[in-house]
Amino acid sequence: MKLSEKMKELVESSRRELQGRESKSHDPGRRRMLGRTLAMAGAAGVATQAGAQALEVPPSAKEHGRPMPANEYGMPSKFEAHVKRRRTDVFVNRQNFSDWSMTPLHQQHGIVTPNGLIFERHHNGVPDIDPDKHSFVIHGMVRQPLKFSMADLMKYPSVTKFYFHECSGNGLTDWLAPKSKTVQQTHGLLSCAQWTGVPVATLLEEAGVLKEAQWALAEGADGASHARSIPMKKLLDDALLVYASNGEMLRPENGYPLRLFTPGWEGNTSVKWLRRLKLGDKPWHLRSETARYTDPMPDGKWRQFSMEMECKSVVTSPSGGMKIKPGTIEILGFAWSGNGSIRAVDVTLDGGRTWREARLEEPVLDKTLTRFRLTVKWDGAPMTIASRAMDSTGYVQPTVDDIKKVRAIVGFVQHHNAIFPWDVAASGEVSNAIG
Amino acid sequence: MRSAKVLVATVAVALAGCAAAPMGSSSAAGASAPPRLGQPISEAQLAKWNIDVRTPDGLGLPPGKGSVADGKKVYDAKCLACHGEAAKGGPVFGAMVGGIGSFKTNTRVLTPGSMYPYAGVLFDYVRRAMPMNAPQSLTDDESYAVSAYILHLNGLMPANGVGDAKTFTALVMPNRDGFISDTRPDVKAERCMSNCPPISSTRGKK
Repeated sequence: MKLSEKMKELVESSRRELQGRESKSHDPGRRRMLGRTLAMAGAAGVATQAGAQALEVPPSAKEHGRPMPANEYGMPSKFEAHVKRRRTDVFVNRQNFSDWSMTPLHQQHGIVTPNGLIFERHHNGVPDIDPDKHSFVIHGMVRQPLKFSMADLMKYPSVTKFYFHECSGNGLTDWLAPKSKTVQQTHGLLSCAQWTGVPVATLLEEAGVLKEAQWALAEGADGASHARSIPMKKLLDDALLVYASNGEMLRPENGYPLRLFTPGWEGNTSVKWLRRLKLGDKPWHLRSETARYTDPMPDGKWRQFSMEMECKSVVTSPSGGMKIKPGTIEILGFAWSGNGSIRAVDVTLDGGRTWREARLEEPVLDKTLTRFRLTVKWDGAPMTIASRAMDSTGYVQPTVDDIKKVRAIVGFVQHHNAIFPWDVAASGEVSNAIG
Repeated sequence: MRSAKVLVATVAVALAGCAAAPMGSSSAAGASAPPRLGQPISEAQLAKWNIDVRTPDGLGLPPGKGSVADGKKVYDAKCLACHGEAAKGGPVFGAMVGGIGSFKTNTRVLTPGSMYPYAGVLFDYVRRAMPMNAPQSLTDDESYAVSAYILHLNGLMPANGVGDAKTFTALVMPNRDGFISDTRPDVKAERCMSNCPPISSTRGKK
């Protein structure tokens, strides 16, 4: 009813315009153009102002496309080449072996991060491991140490699960003042994939866990032999020996051919290029769990083994580096929790004085990125926007000020899950407003 | 009639699988126990992989030893190019000396001397990951020596000191008692919807 009224109005206004034009010039092309514009508006089911240019048949419809590639892995369009992982701009590593790159969250659609965009953190580069030569071993406090080939591991019943994956250092440059420009650099040590692998519990059962075993050392076959102590409880609960993500074998930079995956826990505990689990009765206190990946606390102390990535969210659009126009805007973002699923996300437009509940987009899964959306009108006045998530345990995402009361924020601090504000200037330019 | 026979056969196979698997007894009828494809291996066969050192008890510290003086030679040949003269920081990595006592200030300086709770942590990391362009190329004696040298530069071993399993386990590092376990959730935020205190931001500070 409404649409037909709009169409009638549009036809009338077009006729008036056409008559006005005809009085000045007789232009049959103009007449054709208007007719096509109306047809397009009708086809789209939306009445628009007659302002668009006439559409020509695109060249792509008038020629051969590229022939089907003979033996090629499909790649994104060349027009999407700007969508890629990036390193931080805040400081420049003087080597790229112990380094990291970040996921373009603002360019991700849906909850799954494509394999080529899953963030990277390596401690001595990316090894190229031949799966036929890779062995995985379980030893230490077991009845019988066992060695597995990749081919044998892949014969076990597998499970496939969606989980987010986040580095404990995500956001470490942006606690007290804006350092990074885009959400890729403030929050991009975060990805989400569908992971396939064998429950660690299955293989531990085969090796026979001795009752004294409380912890296990997980160690990679990379040039850092990166290792972490993992409590047995986690290994028996939901940890996976993952060999695939998003339907294909892991990429080398994500642990090919085998990695540990510890759902909801800080990324470096999901040891890549996994070659062994050694069971013991106590944790090891390795460099990566004392000198690194620990949280500075008041009184000069450090907190270690802070494994869970607590509930967090961020607005990905509009976000740093974008420019918006007054009118209707959709606020879009991600929420996630290493302790469960997302129950609610609230959005503020006034720097935290008032909040509105956003809509959660299905699916809303345990320990998985969850999308939220909120459509608002922007009148062009400067504003500070942010999101705040609550998870299924009832935990509410805190502010930096909340965290500052109980932890010391000095240097590069891990586990930054605070509410993150973006400033929208009158010009529509969006910038990092943490501070 | 036919399907009933198939069902009986399936259950029989499943039960047989359970019987063969000592710990697979929780399998439901119809589901088969996972295969058991692990190849037995001995700890002796794993010796070259078994490089971890656990602290504080030093479990895994190997036989062998290395002096501070020998450590300087190893360091100058294999470490200095990245870490700089006397571990003061080089073209690739920052200082590995100093920082002791800095953790109660607003600038915490992280070095092996200030940060590592036990000397064995340093040995473990050197042996597993250093030098970065040739990890696991040092002998155990060289790993002891270069670790002893770095501890010496941090004032934690005498110039004539020798690193070995005994001295590294006995050495009391400055940050030995510096670690606490996870206490989270350590914040309890409220889900305020209106008349809330503003969040700290650059705009709020303008």
